Amino acid sequence: MTRYILRRLLQAIPVFLGTTFLIYFMVFAMPGDPVLAMFGDKTPNPTQLENLRAQYNLDQPFIVQYLLYLKGVFTGDLGETFSGQEVSEVLRRTFPVTLKLVLMAVVIEFLLSVVIGLVSGLREGKFVDNLNVVVALVLTSIPAFVAMFLAQYFIGIKLGWAPVTVGANATWGAMFLPALVIALTVYVTGMRLMRGSVIEARNEDYVRTAYAKGLTSRRIIPVHVARNSLIPVVTNTAASFGALIAGTTITEGIFNIPGVGNTLYQAIIRGETPTVVSFVTILTIVYVVVNILVDLLYAVLDPRIRYV
Amino acid sequence: MSDSFQTQTSAASTAVEDAPLVSVRGLEVAFRTQGGTVNAVRGVDFDIFPGETVAIVGESGSGKSTTATALINLLPGNGTIAAGSIMVDGKDITRFSQRQMAAIRGGVIGYVPQDPMSNLNPVWSVGFQVEEAVRANGLATHRKDVKARAIEVLKQAGLGDAERRMQQFPHQFSGGMRQRVLIGIGLAADPKLLIADEPTSALDVTVQKTILDHLETLTREKNTAVLFITHDLGLAAERASKLIVMHRGRIVEAGASVDILTNPQHPYTQTLIAAAPSLASRRIRGMAAPGAPVLDVAALAAEHNPDHERELQEAPVTIDVKDLTKVFAIRRGSFRSEPLTAVDKISFQVRKGSTLALVGESGSGKTTAARMVLGLEPPTDGDIFVGGVNLNGLSSRGLFDLRRRMQPVFQDPYSSLDPQRSIGAAIAEPMKVHGIGDREARSARVRELLDQVSLPQSIAERYPNELSGGQRQRVAIARALALKPEVVVLDEAVSALDVLVQAQVLQLLADLQDELGLTYLFITHDLAVVRVVADEVAVMEAGRIVETGTSDQIFENAQQPYTQRLLDAIPGSGIDWGN
Repeated sequence: MTRYILRRLLQAIPVFLGTTFLIYFMVFAMPGDPVLAMFGDKTPNPTQLENLRAQYNLDQPFIVQYLLYLKGVFTGDLGETFSGQEVSEVLRRTFPVTLKLVLMAVVIEFLLSVVIGLVSGLREGKFVDNLNVVVALVLTSIPAFVAMFLAQYFIGIKLGWAPVTVGANATWGAMFLPALVIALTVYVTGMRLMRGSVIEARNEDYVRTAYAKGLTSRRIIPVHVARNSLIPVVTNTAASFGALIAGTTITEGIFNIPGVGNTLYQAIIRGETPTVVSFVTILTIVYVVVNILVDLLYAVLDPRIRYV
Repeated sequence: MSDSFQTQTSAASTAVEDAPLVSVRGLEVAFRTQGGTVNAVRGVDFDIFPGETVAIVGESGSGKSTTATALINLLPGNGTIAAGSIMVDGKDITRFSQRQMAAIRGGVIGYVPQDPMSNLNPVWSVGFQVEEAVRANGLATHRKDVKARAIEVLKQAGLGDAERRMQQFPHQFSGGMRQRVLIGIGLAADPKLLIADEPTSALDVTVQKTILDHLETLTREKNTAVLFITHDLGLAAERASKLIVMHRGRIVEAGASVDILTNPQHPYTQTLIAAAPSLASRRIRGMAAPGAPVLDVAALAAEHNPDHERELQEAPVTIDVKDLTKVFAIRRGSFRSEPLTAVDKISFQVRKGSTLALVGESGSGKTTAARMVLGLEPPTDGDIFVGGVNLNGLSSRGLFDLRRRMQPVFQDPYSSLDPQRSIGAAIAEPMKVHGIGDREARSARVRELLDQVSLPQSIAERYPNELSGGQRQRVAIARALALKPEVVVLDEAVSALDVLVQAQVLQLLADLQDELGLTYLFITHDLAVVRVVADEVAVMEAGRIVETGTSDQIFENAQQPYTQRLLDAIPGSGIDWGN
């Protein structure tokens, strides 16, 4: 087990180097001069420009810039944003906000998947199941940003049940609506997995044997049907956690949440190489770690899987 | 039919006890399918008396398993009891609610399912699943008592170190051990009736015998009635005092086992008994006169023909295997591996036009040996000569050419045919791969092959899912013969088939051998089949050949204790059959 985790972490090193290099290169190749952009409409004097370029190492060749950046990462210095803040400081401020949002979304997604999937699977082909399939189809068909604008308009503005935007004060309560909307747009995959597994599990021989032992549905459904069906759903949800952390840009933009996605978006617009690369690197690491955890979770849920 | 049966059971019943434990009358079970309702069981009547052992025998689709699951009301979702009554202890359980049914299950009627691999939940420990049964039937309530009782249940079922085994998961158990767990669960609450649905058909014969012996001891001690569901007449006759023969959802014959076996009345029972390969059968040969009755294995068995035997002795050797060895590396941790000798220096010869049966239980190495002969697995050591050509050091081109002369037929007719390809395409594929003939010639050959395996030519346009198991296996044989090979390797080629179909396919194989002079290497675990197909037998145990000889030598005068054990374990070996 320890050996397996170690091996997986070692595999993460080339992934880390590859992503940082690619991202660095892509930001470097972006059109426009970031230093010029800092001045907006004003015309800066050339020495000022030279100084700024030197300050951010922008006068060096690409590969030197990249290596200097890597050196910084390994010595704990992620660089500065153009407004002079430490990138690590910005991360410390924004990361918890996004984590809160995604955590809430994932929990809601998981509950929706399991409960609706279970009910639907147990009532396969009945009215509830058909209704659920139609609702799920509608929900997956709506693009996330449309769903968010709709929620913002009806629930936030018309009904006034939730704040329209979150702003600086990102509390759990304020972010419930965006989290719910995220969950509603992604729960369908998990729900279908659960529904399918439940239908399959109901017809398993061991379920029939459990009935033959004299057990009642009240015990068999949670213990033998739901428990076995959870395996793919849990891992799917965990995987979506990684994907959501990296994909909250639109949500954070629409609801004005001061999280990672929002900051990253701003940084891309301004061409702030260190900020963009550092953020994406962190997100990559989170993604890789979450995926290792998902694989380990498999072994916890299914005793047949053992890693060596 | 039911009238005659009533009198028979009541005659038998006076010997046991007066009131039946289970009384089934006019039972009909219907399945809703897309094509309408299908009646799987049509008007079945029988009684089971306390302490009595009854066996329902029939082929797949006869309704035997459906009858059994109806008794505990566990029909699959689309099945319902359409008519009739099932009286258990004087109450009609067809009218029971789910709650009442749950009270009967386990406590009054225990159930041992067929497939030990799929009947234990893989994510819970074995102990958990036994404790569940203990608790459900109110045998104990406190955690410690439940655990103690569960250990007792497992010990009784013959699991030695039950305490340690409790925490283990099903995948850490062998098939035989899992079946013991299931038997333990079935008997946990001392039910009055135990339904055993093909309880050992997935196990090796020697394991089967041990487990059935153990089950018999347990149920006799507790005076438990047993209902066996089986396709194996020998097993039914050996284990049950009363037989019920089912065919297409009806009971065609019922009565005392001995009477039915020695003096079957119904034509279906007669064919079934005649088709059952047994130790008393002899080698079948191709039929001299086509059109003779097909199914009677015993009648078809050739008379002792010394000429034929001498002929075979003098025939040239087609397959010559010398000191063949296969060592697999079994992974233990990331870097270490342990060698496992699957096949250990075996040598055998098969003469042209004869059949060698390689017999053994699971894990004996027989299939690995066959795969090496087919060139599908490289040997670790030793030589294989096929028609004088050494497979060792053969280039891939040479191996490709060799495959024209040697073809396989595998066990499972359901998975060995590509569902996406028509039968004609499947049979023509080997010719296409080897670039033989044009389109026209190939389809002519397909028609010829279908004739040879006695299938209508129209079948070429159809797809595997439209065919029965027996038909599919005929297609697989036709495909193997497409390249006119000299050698056919048959890996458990008839093991998945019902007894009547099995008899037909065995006859077909014998006919083809005579007609085309084929050499067969026949891999099987079923000694009774060996008796009817093999000229020579090689018995394998743990990778070695422990005994070889002609079929007669092995069956009449086995030298090795292992061979003797295998022979004794064949269900029905001690019975004097009607044929």
